[in-house]
Amino acid sequence: MNGPVGWVGLAVSLLLVAVAAGISWWQRLGLQRQILIAAARALVQLLLVGVALTLIISLGRSIWWSWLWVAAMLGYASVVARRRAPEVPHLLPLALASFAAAAVVTLGVLFGLHVFPLTGRTLVPIAGMMVGNSMTATVLAGRRLTDELRDKRDEVEARLALGQASRQAAMPYVRAALRAALTPQIETTKATGLVFLPGAMTGLILAGTAPLQAVLVQAVVMFLVLAATATTTVVIALGLIRRLFTPDHRLVYLATAADH
Amino acid sequence: MTEPRAVAFEFTGVSVLRAGRRVLDEITARIPAAGITVVSGPSGAGKTTLLRLCNRLEVPDGGKVCYRGQPLDELDPLVLRRRVGMVFQRPTPFPGTVADNLAVARPDADAGELSTALDRVALDPDLLSQEARTLSGGELQRMCLARTLVTQPETLLLDEPTSALDAQPKQVFEATACHLVAQGITIIWVTHDDAQAARVADRIYQLRDGHLTGIPAEEVQP
Repeated sequence: MNGPVGWVGLAVSLLLVAVAAGISWWQRLGLQRQILIAAARALVQLLLVGVALTLIISLGRSIWWSWLWVAAMLGYASVVARRRAPEVPHLLPLALASFAAAAVVTLGVLFGLHVFPLTGRTLVPIAGMMVGNSMTATVLAGRRLTDELRDKRDEVEARLALGQASRQAAMPYVRAALRAALTPQIETTKATGLVFLPGAMTGLILAGTAPLQAVLVQAVVMFLVLAATATTTVVIALGLIRRLFTPDHRLVYLATAADH
Repeated sequence: MTEPRAVAFEFTGVSVLRAGRRVLDEITARIPAAGITVVSGPSGAGKTTLLRLCNRLEVPDGGKVCYRGQPLDELDPLVLRRRVGMVFQRPTPFPGTVADNLAVARPDADAGELSTALDRVALDPDLLSQEARTLSGGELQRMCLARTLVTQPETLLLDEPTSALDAQPKQVFEATACHLVAQGITIIWVTHDDAQAARVADRIYQLRDGHLTGIPAEEVQP
């Protein structure tokens, strides 16, 4: 195997898993089994992905395989979002639409304006970063908006009763949800480099890339995540209010998380 | 022969189902476009649902509701809700000052119009610059009434608006409502307080378990 970590190195790093399991055993947390399963599962998943990626992005392979991979990733991410917030109605199609919109915006800028060359080797990891990092904000925005409209139903209906259209009546709650979903990403962006070294940059440096080059790539990735998060959350929020109000401007009944 | 009275709301065989239960069961009634019509009955009788049908915050599962002769589903709900205002059981202040609250109803209203709205509900126009959430319960509920008046409604739906108020603010609210009726506004007032019903009503409908059990004499006449 090329690169700084070989199979022996990987085997040695399992010692770290043993440390975690050992602490669980020592403190009688009863988590040893879960730690071992989690580590084994992660390893198998990563190896499978590695093999699949090797096949897909190897030289000479059509880029359509990479696009297919991206499409599958968007679909799977939407399923995960739906599973994480079952109380948000219609989340599956909305999440799919929001990830697709974010893909168009971010991949459009990065590849359309030639920040990166469009190859399988760039497309797949960038799309992965985009989806993976905007997932939490997407779920948060959907959940927060649903909670706001359910908990403040009286206030929302008072606005509707004054003759406001549903979109206008929902706007204060949409803004609150978007702020709540975007703020953590903005804070993370601010703290980058000072408080923590982000994964992409760390990975590149470990793999032998010059630090400055790694920093440039990381900066682009941060901006990508920022745009992706803003896009997915706004699509989720605006899509949701279309589903949570009827065409004649009534708020539908909203179940709580406990009902699921 | 008396002259036929204008009808505000006409319910024809109106039913509302919720989780398999008939909240309203084949209601047929005509509510005149004059004075204060009280809909009275115990809690859970379907009073609030009946009121919410009138400005289409809910729609019936069966039957038809008309406002001034027009089926509600043929009217633009946004226009209807400005003609038929509603004050809810609990005051629903929005964030910001009293002026901010009133401006939600009509962003282009000038200070004079906002002051007039407060004046109509016996609130001091100086309150316009005050944070809405710092008002007392009675003041808050009258602010909500003023906010509704900013849309210049012909009809007001009041859903137990004084149920959380003490005797004195309750009395002020009732007097304010009667004053609005004198200015030509039709009021439909839901309450389970029989004494209040007797004080304010021009006619009383009794609702029990989703059925109308008491219909005013004027409506029974052909």
